[in-house]
Amino acid sequence: MAEPLIEIKGISKSYRRDSLAIPVLENISLTVGAGEFLALMGPSGSGKTTLLNLIAGIDRPDRGSIRIGGIEIGSLGESDLARWRSRHIGFIFQLYNLIPVLTAVENVELPLLLTPLSKRERREHAELALNVVGLSDRMRHYPRQLSGGQEQRVGIARAIVTDPTLLVADEPTGDLDKASAAEVLDLLGRLNTGFSKTIVMVTHDPRAAEGARTVRHLDKGILV
Amino acid sequence: MITIPLSYSLRNLWTRRLTTVLTAGGIALVIFVFAAVLMLAYGLEKTLVATGSDDNAIVIRKGSQSEMMSLVDRAAVNVIRTQPEIAADPEGKPLAAAEAVVLISMPKRGTGQEAHVQTRGIAPESLAMRPQVKLAAGRLFRPGLSEVIVGAAAERRFEGIGLGRTIRFAMRDWTVVGLFEAEGSGFESEIWLDSQQLLQAFRRPVFSSVTVRLSGPSSFSSLKQRLEGDQRFNLEVKREKAFYADQSAMMAAFIRVLGLFVTVIFSLGAIIGAMITMYAAVANRTTEIGTLRALGFPRRSILLAFLIESLFLSLLGGSVGLVLASLLQNMTVSTTNFSTFSELAFRFALSPPIVMESIAFALIMGILGGFLPAVRAARQNILHSLRAV
Amino acid sequence: MRHKLRSLLTIVGIAIAILAFGMIRTVIAIWYSGIEASSPNRLIIRNSVSLIFPLPIAYREAILAVPGVSEVTYAQWFGGIYIDEKHSQFPQLAVDAATWFSVVPENRVSEAEMAAFLRERNAAIVGVQLVRRFGWKVGDVVRMRSMIFPGDWDFVIRGIYTGAKKTTDETSFFFHWRYLDEQVRRLQPWSAGNVGWYAVKIADPDRAASISEAIDRRFKNSLAETRTETEQAFVQGFISMSDTILIALRIVSIVIVGVILAVLSNTMAMTARERLSEYALLKTLGFRARHLVLLIAGESLLIALIGGAAGIALIGPTVDGFGAVMMRTVGAMFPVLGVSAATRTVSLLMALGVGLAAAIFPAWRAATLRIVTGLRRIG
Repeated sequence: MAEPLIEIKGISKSYRRDSLAIPVLENISLTVGAGEFLALMGPSGSGKTTLLNLIAGIDRPDRGSIRIGGIEIGSLGESDLARWRSRHIGFIFQLYNLIPVLTAVENVELPLLLTPLSKRERREHAELALNVVGLSDRMRHYPRQLSGGQEQRVGIARAIVTDPTLLVADEPTGDLDKASAAEVLDLLGRLNTGFSKTIVMVTHDPRAAEGARTVRHLDKGILV
Repeated sequence: MITIPLSYSLRNLWTRRLTTVLTAGGIALVIFVFAAVLMLAYGLEKTLVATGSDDNAIVIRKGSQSEMMSLVDRAAVNVIRTQPEIAADPEGKPLAAAEAVVLISMPKRGTGQEAHVQTRGIAPESLAMRPQVKLAAGRLFRPGLSEVIVGAAAERRFEGIGLGRTIRFAMRDWTVVGLFEAEGSGFESEIWLDSQQLLQAFRRPVFSSVTVRLSGPSSFSSLKQRLEGDQRFNLEVKREKAFYADQSAMMAAFIRVLGLFVTVIFSLGAIIGAMITMYAAVANRTTEIGTLRALGFPRRSILLAFLIESLFLSLLGGSVGLVLASLLQNMTVSTTNFSTFSELAFRFALSPPIVMESIAFALIMGILGGFLPAVRAARQNILHSLRAV
Repeated sequence: MRHKLRSLLTIVGIAIAILAFGMIRTVIAIWYSGIEASSPNRLIIRNSVSLIFPLPIAYREAILAVPGVSEVTYAQWFGGIYIDEKHSQFPQLAVDAATWFSVVPENRVSEAEMAAFLRERNAAIVGVQLVRRFGWKVGDVVRMRSMIFPGDWDFVIRGIYTGAKKTTDETSFFFHWRYLDEQVRRLQPWSAGNVGWYAVKIADPDRAASISEAIDRRFKNSLAETRTETEQAFVQGFISMSDTILIALRIVSIVIVGVILAVLSNTMAMTARERLSEYALLKTLGFRARHLVLLIAGESLLIALIGGAAGIALIGPTVDGFGAVMMRTVGAMFPVLGVSAATRTVSLLMALGVGLAAAIFPAWRAATLRIVTGLRRIG
C-alpha cells in the first residue's frame, strides 16, 4: 500500500470534569490510506467524535502522534493549525452549520476567503462546487429557504470547495429523513469513487456505514 | 489580512432588527445631546464673534469685561478721536464712534418675566463702521428725537417693542421707528438710539466705549500702546472681535462643562446597552463562531467581525443623532449672557469639527461597548462552541 | 436570573441613567434654591428701569417712613475682581453695616466679630464657603479691583458668617458701604451717594403687596423711580433669565428616560425571545398567562429597582463632583444642598415605571404565545 494519508499512533485523550479525568480514548492506533472511505461507528460515549475531532485538528491529544499527509499536527501552534485546517480539512457537520445570514454560494465561498484567490476566482470555485452537489439553481437562497437535505449538500459543497486533503463528516445524515440521507450518502460515495476524496465519517446509522468502504468500531475508547 | 466579509456583520444587524434599533436608538440619543451641547456653545461663540469686525478696535475702561462696566469720559473721547491710527471717512472725519450702553428691563414674550435688553446709544459713525447692520423695516431714528430702532432678535424675544410701539424708560416715551438685522450677531439682540439722547435721559456724562476703525493692519499695536500708556486716563484697547469673543467665554465654558458632564454619564448607559446587545449576539452565534474557527478563520478575524458589527451599530446611532441635532439649527435660543447680564439670542450652529467629534464619540462608544464581547467571541473554545446547540 | 452578566450590565446601565436623571433634577433644584432661601417678610426695592441703575442714599428716610416698614438696609454690587475672573465668581456687596445683618438675620455672625467689623472702616465679613475655598482667616488682608469702580481696594477680614438654612448663600463678601462711598467720592464724584438696592423688613408679610405699592408710589415721578417686590419675586426674576437653560436641562432629563427605556426594553425583549420555548413549556405544565406576566414583570422590576437604588445612591457624590469641576473650570460656586427626598422618590418611581413599561411587550408575547409555536423553537 502507498504511504498512508493518516497515521495515528498511541493516541490517548481524557476530559477533565472538575478534578476528575475521564478517559475517552486509550492508546488508539489507526492508519487511513489516501482515497479511503472510513466509517467510525460505536455507541454514544465511545469516543468516536473525539477521535474525529483529533484527526480534524480541532482538538489535541494528551499523548501520542497524529501524522496527516506527513505532517505531525500535534506539534503545530494554534494559528498554524488553523491554517493547516483551512487547507487540508473539509468539514461536514450533523447540523450543517451554515451561516444563516449568508446565501448558499456565500457560505460555500467562506473557506476560500482564507486563500489568496481573487473575488472572481472564488465565485467560480464556489459555483463549481454547488454544481457538483446539484444545487446550482439555489445559489442565492438563504439556509432557511432550503430543506435539511439541501442544507447538508451546501455543507458538502463548502467542504470540497478548497479541494482539501481529507473530508471529515460528523453524523452527516443524523438529522435527515430517509430520502435526503440517501441522497447525501450517494453524493459522498461519488466524491470518494469519482473524485478520489478521502473521507472519514462518524455515524451510528448502519445504512450510512454501508456506503463506506471500511468500517471500524469504537467501544469505550478502544478500536475494535 | 484575512477578514470575514462586512456583509456578515451588516446582515446580522439587520436580522435582529428590533435589538439593533433599540441599541442604536440609545446611542443616537446620546450623540444628539452631545452634538446639541457643542452646537449651542459654538453658536453662542459664533454670534458674539460675528458681532465684531477685524477692522475695528474698541476702547474701554481698563479691566472692563463688558461695555456696561466701562466708562469713558468726553475728554478721553476727544483724545481718542485724534489718534493717527484711526481711519477717516470720505469726508476726512475720523471713524471713531463713542457709544453708551445701558440695560433696561423689559418683559419677555410668553412668560412676561423681565429680562435685560442691552440698549446702545450710537454715534453718527456707528452705522458706517458696522456694515453687517441693516435696516429691515421702518427708518433710522432722527437725532434729537425720542426715537429708537430695535434689533430683530430683541423684537422677537420681548413684548411690546415692535415697529410703531412705544417703550417707556428713563421717564420718557420712545417710539420704535425701525427694525434692524445684523446677520445674527449680538447686535440683533439690542435696542439702538442716539447716544446724546441716551446720555441726557439717564443723566450720564460719560460714554461706555469708543469703537474705532483701524487704518491699517499694524495700527492696532501702536494705538494700543499709546492709549494704554496715557496716564491721564485708564484705558484699554482690544480688537473688537476679541472683546466680544471674551464675553462668550464664560458662558460657552459653562454650557460645555454642564452638557458634557451629563452626556458622558449617560453615554455610559448607552455603552452598556451596546455591550448587552453584543454579548447576546455572541451568545446566539456560538455555533457559527465555532464553525468559522473550525474552517480555519483565525481568532483575530472573529474579533474584528464582532467589533465591526458594534462599530456599525454605533455609527448608525451616531448618524441618526447627528442628523437630528442638525435639525436644531433652525432653532434660536435666547438666554441671559452671564458676562453682560443682558438677553442674547443665538442659534445652534454646526461645524465640521463638531460633526467629526460626534462621529468619533459614537465610534468610541461602539468600541468600548463591543470590545469585551468581541474578545469573548474570539476566545471561545472550538469544541465547546460546536457542541452548543 | 440566569444570564448573570447580562442582568448585571442592565442594572449598571439603569443605575447610570437614573444617576444622570437625579443629577439634573438636583442641579435644577440648586438653581431654584434661592427661592427657598428668600424670606417672606422682606421686600427688595430697586430702580424701576433696571437693576443696573442705582438709587439715591437719600431715599432711606422716606422708605423708613412708609407704614408697615420696620427696618431698612441697603447694598451695592461691587463687581470685584479677586486675582482673576475665574476666582471672582462670588458676590461682593457694600452694605449698610449697622442694619444689614439685622434685616438679613440668616447671615449669622458672632457678636465679637460683629463688633470688630463695625469698628474698622475697611473691615469685611465673608461667607464660610469662601473661607474654605480660599483659605482665608480672620485678620487676612484681601486685595481686590473692581469692574465698576476705579482703584485698588484693600479689605481686612473681621468676621465669618454661616447660613441659618441649608439654602442660605454662604459665598458672599460684605463690607462697609461707607468705605465704598468715600473712595467713589474721590475718584468718580458724580456717581457717589448711590446704592444698588434697598432691602426692607416688614412686620406683616400679608401686607407685602400694599406696602410695595406704597413705596413705589412715594417715588413715582422722581429722579429714580422704584420697583418694589417680595424677595421671592425678585429671585424668581433672576432665575427666569436662565429659563432657556433650565428648559434644556429638563428636556435632557426626559431624553435620559428614553435611554433607560431603550436599554431595559432591549434586554427584556432579548431575554423573552430566547425563553419562548421555556414559556411554552411552562404553559404545558399548567402555568397560566398571568403567571408568566408576573414572572416577566417581576424580573424587570427587580432589575429596575436594583439599578435605580444604586443610581440614587450615587447622585449625591456625583453632584458634589460636578460642583467641584464647575468651580475649577468656570469658577462658579454652588450651594451644597444634598439630594432632596423628592428627587429620590421621583427617581425611584421613574425606575419602577421604566421597569414596568419595558416588560409590557415581552409579557404580552409570553401571554399570547401559543404553546405549539413556542415548543417548535426547541432545536
